[in-house]
Amino acid sequence: MKEQDKFQEKIEQDEKIEPKDWMPDRYRNQLIRMMSQHAHSEIVGMLPEGNWITRAPSLRRKMGLLAKVQDEAGHGMYIYSNTETLGISRQEMIDQLLKGEAKYSNIFNYPTLSWADIGMIGWLVDGAAMVNQTMLVKTSYGPYSRAMIRICKEENFHRKQGHEIVATLANGIPEQQEMVQDALNRWWWPTLMMFGPPDSNSPHTNELMQWKVKRKSNDELRQDFIDRVIPEAHQMGLKIPDPDLIFNEETGHWEIGEIDWDEFWQVIKGNGPMNHERLETRRKAHESGRWVREAAEAYAHKQKLQQQKAS
Amino acid sequence: MKTKDALFEFLLRLADDRLVLGHRTSEWCGHGPILEEDIALANLALDHIGQANNLLEYAAEVENEGRDADDLAYFRNTREFRNIKMVELPIGDFGFTIVRELLFSAFNLHYLDRLKQTSDKQLAGLASKAYSETQYHLRHSKQWTLRLGDGTDESHRRIQSSLNELWPYTGELFDEDEIEEHLVFELNIPNKEPVRSGWNQTINEVLEEAGLERPADDQYMQSGGRTGFHTEHLGSMLAEMQQLPRAYPDAEW
Amino acid sequence: MSEEEHSTNDQWPLWEVFTQKKRGAPHQHAGSVHAPDPEMALQNARDVYARRSEAVNIWVVPSSEITASNPSDKESFFDPADDKIYRHPQFYEVPRAAKKRTSSGS
Repeated sequence: MKEQDKFQEKIEQDEKIEPKDWMPDRYRNQLIRMMSQHAHSEIVGMLPEGNWITRAPSLRRKMGLLAKVQDEAGHGMYIYSNTETLGISRQEMIDQLLKGEAKYSNIFNYPTLSWADIGMIGWLVDGAAMVNQTMLVKTSYGPYSRAMIRICKEENFHRKQGHEIVATLANGIPEQQEMVQDALNRWWWPTLMMFGPPDSNSPHTNELMQWKVKRKSNDELRQDFIDRVIPEAHQMGLKIPDPDLIFNEETGHWEIGEIDWDEFWQVIKGNGPMNHERLETRRKAHESGRWVREAAEAYAHKQKLQQQKAS
Repeated sequence: MKTKDALFEFLLRLADDRLVLGHRTSEWCGHGPILEEDIALANLALDHIGQANNLLEYAAEVENEGRDADDLAYFRNTREFRNIKMVELPIGDFGFTIVRELLFSAFNLHYLDRLKQTSDKQLAGLASKAYSETQYHLRHSKQWTLRLGDGTDESHRRIQSSLNELWPYTGELFDEDEIEEHLVFELNIPNKEPVRSGWNQTINEVLEEAGLERPADDQYMQSGGRTGFHTEHLGSMLAEMQQLPRAYPDAEW
Repeated sequence: MSEEEHSTNDQWPLWEVFTQKKRGAPHQHAGSVHAPDPEMALQNARDVYARRSEAVNIWVVPSSEITASNPSDKESFFDPADDKIYRHPQFYEVPRAAKKRTSSGS
């Protein structure tokens, strides 16, 4: 049997593809693109929330938030190293990010303006990410799937933490209620855009679904999320900022108004409110840490030489 | 002096050192030199803030005036904070953060080990838990001190200068006053003198292995933190940290 | 060290991490970390893979030191074991265990 056919057979039988298996170049490259974007999103995603660690309003909140942002660093690490199994180094991926050549989730190019945004990111944004990541547990590439299993386990705490913050604010004093509604108004539409462009205009979806890298289309995932999150919002007394929102009794699904895809494409192009700052912050951390990385490397080198001399 | 008052004051000292250092360390989150170190620094910060939280809870219990740990953290003013000045200095570069952790954790390794013997059972329990965390903090900061001290010329120069900068703040680690003397007598908390010789030994070993020069001990040593006479840095740090609860004092978070 | 040497591996080498969940259990692959040397690899592994008390012991191995079998060798490597059923306990029959006598003899 030809390699291509064997590969296709594995995909059809829902067998995982492992690093040393033969795979079409295009499959490899699409995975590298998708996984590195995912890893970059975790790393850049640390920044909007990290912005509030020093201002968290109680010790419990401070520790919860710090642990959550730390998890994101961990998740970035897991995904980077699992992407390395495809033959690209973490250094190459990070270079691509810092040079502005790589994409990451648009959502992190929006600013966190109040404490309620921290709740909103946990409940809404992580909730959306969970829908996507739960699907990716079943992805055809073994290392990606394994990273997702671990990440989904850990992310449950993020969503619960966010939900708790949002619910506390929604039940709080009028200023807190105003704060949390304002946050929902700002985060609602960008969160819906996280699932990517509509199926009719999604260049990669078809191919990725054929390979079972993705198991559901952007619109299907978006709908799953909407149906889950709207009742939660209503339960907390929050208003979804969409005048066209209706519940379709026949289908049992919520139907939303038009998403502003112009905004989506503008943010992708780098014109979002925080694109520039996010990358600048990453670059600065990378540059000011260079001497540390070099020192550790030089030390390791010296130690090795000494050992060789001794033996 | 009432033992209860002395104990409250003493718990604030222990707690504030950790709260302020934990807060400073948390500023690294997302800005570390490499991903792995981002995670390590967050663990350090979490340990410090966790210890502070436990100590403040106990302090609130001892005080028994209806305040809780968050009230103590968020509603005391700069002059009421009891931490040593070393921990409130801005984070500086990575080497500065590492040397500060080294100096602080080496002290705590010897101090907490003895504080475990206090006759106050609750404090002994907190000391014992903090002690195991401190062992790891020392390991982490020691290993990094070796790498930076004996890494490149640049790293050696940087970390030596951080060490020199921090040294005048080490004296305060060993300051003793009547409050602590009272508790040494009443609750068997440790004397600082034997802690100092343990600290000297640990620090000398690390500095020697790292090829770093120990700054002079006969220089003028900073103090004042224990009585709330801080550097200017603490005020702006607290302004940021306490902003939300103070803006909405009636709110629950 | 020269500039080129730095630029080739600015992120340090890759290590594979194996964690033991409890004493007596086998070490299992947990993931990877980047680290400049063994001690740092251990510390990084501890900070990343044991931060939810998932481990009591950790091994780290440079990824470059791991040799893996090739999936295309699957037939010659593993399939021959398929019919060696004498390696499995089900292959053997022994007399049923003698009934344990209770002290009353019943």
